[in-house]
Amino acid sequence: MSTPRTTDTLGAGTPAKPASWLAMTWALTLNELRVAARRGENLLVTFVIPAGVLLVFSAFDMTGATGTGTPVDRMLPGSIALAVIAAAMVSLAIATAFDRSYGVIKRLGGSPAGASAVVASKTMGVIVIEVVQTLLLVGLATALGWTAGPGASVLLVVAGLVLGTVAFAGLGLLMAGTLRAEAVLALANLLFLLSLVLGGIVMPLDKLPGAVATVASGLPPAALAHVLAIGLGGGGDATEPLIILAGWAVVLGGLAARKFRWD
Amino acid sequence: MSAAAAASAATVGAAPIAAISVASIHKAYGKRAILTGVSFEVQRGELFALLGPNGAGKTTTVEIIEGYRKADAGTVSVLGLDPVRDGTKLRPSIGLMLQQGGIDNRTTPREVLRLYARFYRDPEAPEALLTAVDLGAAANTRYRRLSGGEKQRLSLALALLGRPKLLILDEPTAGMDPAAKHATRERIAALRAAGTTILLTTHELGDVELLADRVAVLDRGRVVASGTPAELTGAGAPRVRFRLSEALADADAAALARAVGGAGARVSAAGAGAAYEMTGLAAAPDPRLVAALAAWCAERGLLLTELRLGARSLEERYLELVGADVAAEAEGAEAEGAA
Repeated sequence: MSTPRTTDTLGAGTPAKPASWLAMTWALTLNELRVAARRGENLLVTFVIPAGVLLVFSAFDMTGATGTGTPVDRMLPGSIALAVIAAAMVSLAIATAFDRSYGVIKRLGGSPAGASAVVASKTMGVIVIEVVQTLLLVGLATALGWTAGPGASVLLVVAGLVLGTVAFAGLGLLMAGTLRAEAVLALANLLFLLSLVLGGIVMPLDKLPGAVATVASGLPPAALAHVLAIGLGGGGDATEPLIILAGWAVVLGGLAARKFRWD
Repeated sequence: MSAAAAASAATVGAAPIAAISVASIHKAYGKRAILTGVSFEVQRGELFALLGPNGAGKTTTVEIIEGYRKADAGTVSVLGLDPVRDGTKLRPSIGLMLQQGGIDNRTTPREVLRLYARFYRDPEAPEALLTAVDLGAAANTRYRRLSGGEKQRLSLALALLGRPKLLILDEPTAGMDPAAKHATRERIAALRAAGTTILLTTHELGDVELLADRVAVLDRGRVVASGTPAELTGAGAPRVRFRLSEALADADAAALARAVGGAGARVSAAGAGAAYEMTGLAAAPDPRLVAALAAWCAERGLLLTELRLGARSLEERYLELVGADVAAEAEGAEAEGAA
């Protein structure tokens, strides 16, 4: 600045140049993670509950869930699925719904960052949380004696995580973008609880009444847990659950993109 | 040259592109028409105030200019660009202060300013802005715990981070205490003097009269009047309003009217205390009339404590324009008081 500055004219003068899109997205991602870490209930649902489910159900060898082998072998895929549901749906939906009700997204949309950097940063935030969750859960499972089965496929696990994330983030944003924040808070937590039961996460689907089990196996939580179980070496054919999961990803992702309102 | 003069110069000859040009925009939400043909231009370097009652369409107009909404019909150009199509290019040059703050309840002023500062390569320093808007003491307080005025000041600081060419302020002083209002008014005036173009919506008509180069009054989705504050208030019968240190006897009031205002003038009480207005003047008040009034008072040992020339205040003119019922009531009360 060549002109003399006083505090009166802070904000006047040659306009500042915008930062790169990547720099803005990264700044927003860090902010997203910082705010997420500050929400105690969010830490509970994204980290404590999935880890607790893994530890408790592995230790006490309860009915077990999707997959075969030792209790920890059976519990790991479901607890990762639960972690994905918590990060991509519950946490994202609640944070976005409150952002929306405070006008945070609208304000950011009018800044140089714009809507695209906001969406990208929310995606990045979910990915970072999921990576930490997966490392935490695999680490805990390994400590409990888990090893990858013979047919394990990193590619399949990643495919499951990506499709599952798109499906659940789509559902989360569909809720966040259309309902009141308080309603999203209640509904996201209810769906999280339902996922525990209908996802074959704490007990196998075949313990449910026949018709319920059939419907549940076509829903995203069970499809995700199933793909992850096969990917972690539980054996079986992943084609059907992958197709189901991909279908939900397209439908829920598409609906969210069409129905989401910024304000 | 004042910006108002620049504005009138810009309409003839090789005019620079207006900072904002809104041409017969229409907007309806469902069957409810919000804007029905709004047009106005804001010239570069000008402070333009958009006035109107709640529900007149001010915020909708501003949001169309900001690119948040698309007009159903009509054209909008901001710094020569289309706010919806060219949003990415436009947003770095615009500083926004929305009516709803748009800040997460759990974050602090310092965090929010630092976040938004990272959207620019060479922004104003967040710490300097915190001090400038007097938020130093509240820098680490969660947004939820800030007062209404503190939230508004944070919002203003955010708008200034990128040294915007165009500043759009939607009711900037709402919820501020008198001291903060004063400081904000000074800051807006300083920015305007430094060359920033400012579009302002407000209900503070006194501020507008002092600050604005030009004004448009919006009512029920239409511009019902526009021009400089002087143009808006200047129309109509000339009158002089004043307040004295002591009340006048009726005979003195009549003598004053004859001595200062000439034949046909009359002085009548206007409101509580020793407030008067002189009407029936043959011409608009000039320096000679002011000198005569002051001299007449001095001879009698009266102190002239307030003096206002012209037809009426912007507030009176505004009420005439937008609130026929309210204005009629006010006039009725005035006529009774005068009788």
